[in-house]
Amino acid sequence: MCGIVGLFLKDRSLEPQLGALLSDMLITMTDRGPDSAGIAIYGAAHAGRAKVTVQSPDPDTDFSGLEAALKAAELEASVAVKSTHAVIEVAADEVGRVRSVLASIRPDIRIMGSGDRVEIFKETGLPKDVVARFDVPSMSGTHGIGHTRMATESAVTTLGAHPFSTGADQCLVHNGSLSNHNNLRRELVRAGIEFETQNDSEVAAAYITAEMAGGKNLGQALTSALDDLDGFFTFVVGTKSGFGVVRDPIACKPAVMAETDQYVAFGSEYRALASLPGIETARVWEPEPATVYFWDHENAA
Amino acid sequence: MSVFDLSHTPLRDLNAALHQVPEGANDTSFTVDNPRGHHAVAVGIDRPVSVEVNGSVGYYCAGMNDGGTVTVHGSAGPGVAENMMSGTVVIEGDASQYAGATGHGGLLVIKGNAASRCGISMKGIDIVVCGNIGHMSAFMGQSGHLVVLGDAGDALGDSLYEAKLFVRGAVKSLGADCIEKDMRPEHREKLAELLERAGVTDVKPEEFRRYGSARKLYNFNIDNADAY
Repeated sequence: MCGIVGLFLKDRSLEPQLGALLSDMLITMTDRGPDSAGIAIYGAAHAGRAKVTVQSPDPDTDFSGLEAALKAAELEASVAVKSTHAVIEVAADEVGRVRSVLASIRPDIRIMGSGDRVEIFKETGLPKDVVARFDVPSMSGTHGIGHTRMATESAVTTLGAHPFSTGADQCLVHNGSLSNHNNLRRELVRAGIEFETQNDSEVAAAYITAEMAGGKNLGQALTSALDDLDGFFTFVVGTKSGFGVVRDPIACKPAVMAETDQYVAFGSEYRALASLPGIETARVWEPEPATVYFWDHENAA
Repeated sequence: MSVFDLSHTPLRDLNAALHQVPEGANDTSFTVDNPRGHHAVAVGIDRPVSVEVNGSVGYYCAGMNDGGTVTVHGSAGPGVAENMMSGTVVIEGDASQYAGATGHGGLLVIKGNAASRCGISMKGIDIVVCGNIGHMSAFMGQSGHLVVLGDAGDALGDSLYEAKLFVRGAVKSLGADCIEKDMRPEHREKLAELLERAGVTDVKPEEFRRYGSARKLYNFNIDNADAY
């Protein structure tokens, strides 16, 4: 089944509560998927710096002395460890080196996402345990998306959890299941893209990444997805300045949105939104099928 | 009159109480506060009870209703009044997907908009929507009536059997084997009756168009035998 939540704050005074609000929304969606959960939080950018969120199956070994090991590889970084994940902050112009340096000094580490603002945390387990593990309720930010998984096409693993990174400061969560993902994966592998899992949503994320690498913007890539992806999907894509939503043309998978002066919120079910401030008088609606929507700070929402 | 506040009372207590009302009881009014999008509110009613829900509900509200009257002062999630047997369900706000799905009887009134697949597989339920309906509504509708004051989305009445569809606004497209049909006096009469039962007073039957099955899809034609 899977459950998706998203929150885009218009009212800056709510930013310190972003993590707490999003965590509550995600926990409410637990019934839709108990296998694993993940959250992407878009926090403050530090001028000239970039962040890489990484994950390790053996964090005690891999994160121990990581800062020193990076420095020895001539990568000045600060490392903030959070359980099985860590956020590595580097100078913005060094972020391209992080992947190759890690591959040589810590080959078991996986990159969850990177960018100026995004931090991505995902793990197996119930939403309440996943958000507690990464201290998400204490995080602040302008917007974020979250996902709780009921695995259908592939195994329950950390790497099978959503969100999947689709580029700098960009990630995707998916409710639904694709049917042509194996075929698409073969084509994308031929185009040089590497996959960590057999997961269908990972293919959707890679497809979008590839389309944008080929020159499309995110909106165009999501529009192409309507033609090229076969199956059920509600996608929510986190971007540096907001989030996007698209539903497949049949639109079996649910999607509810709520807007007030303070926020734009997304949930797979209305009850995920029911505790948000001012929900009683919010505009509540369902996005139309086969239509790409964006809410964006840069374009004044 | 019983009041259930779902912010501190379990939903099961409400539904259990609804199922335990003795036959011929005098006190048959229920109020539900703070539904906050709960699923399965007031499901399985089989007595002539009345339930006022103050707020928006989740999936399957008033599912399987048989004889009750349920009013939602808010919006409803997918599957509202699904499989209703008899009785009345009124949604003051909007309804999500597959409202009234596979309903056998009773009246479902949606004051706002309904979403896709409204009345899917309807089997005798009457549905009146004051706003618009989404795509693939009345899909495989077998019997009953769907009345829409607003517009209908793509593929209306796809694979329709004998459900009768009345739409006042624009129909984006018709589904397989669904065609526009004549409005005859008996249809106008039925439509007037449905509008009255739904408490809709500001429109006239003449403003609606009737849609029904061309009956080519669900009837076997011997000429097509070698296609199988």
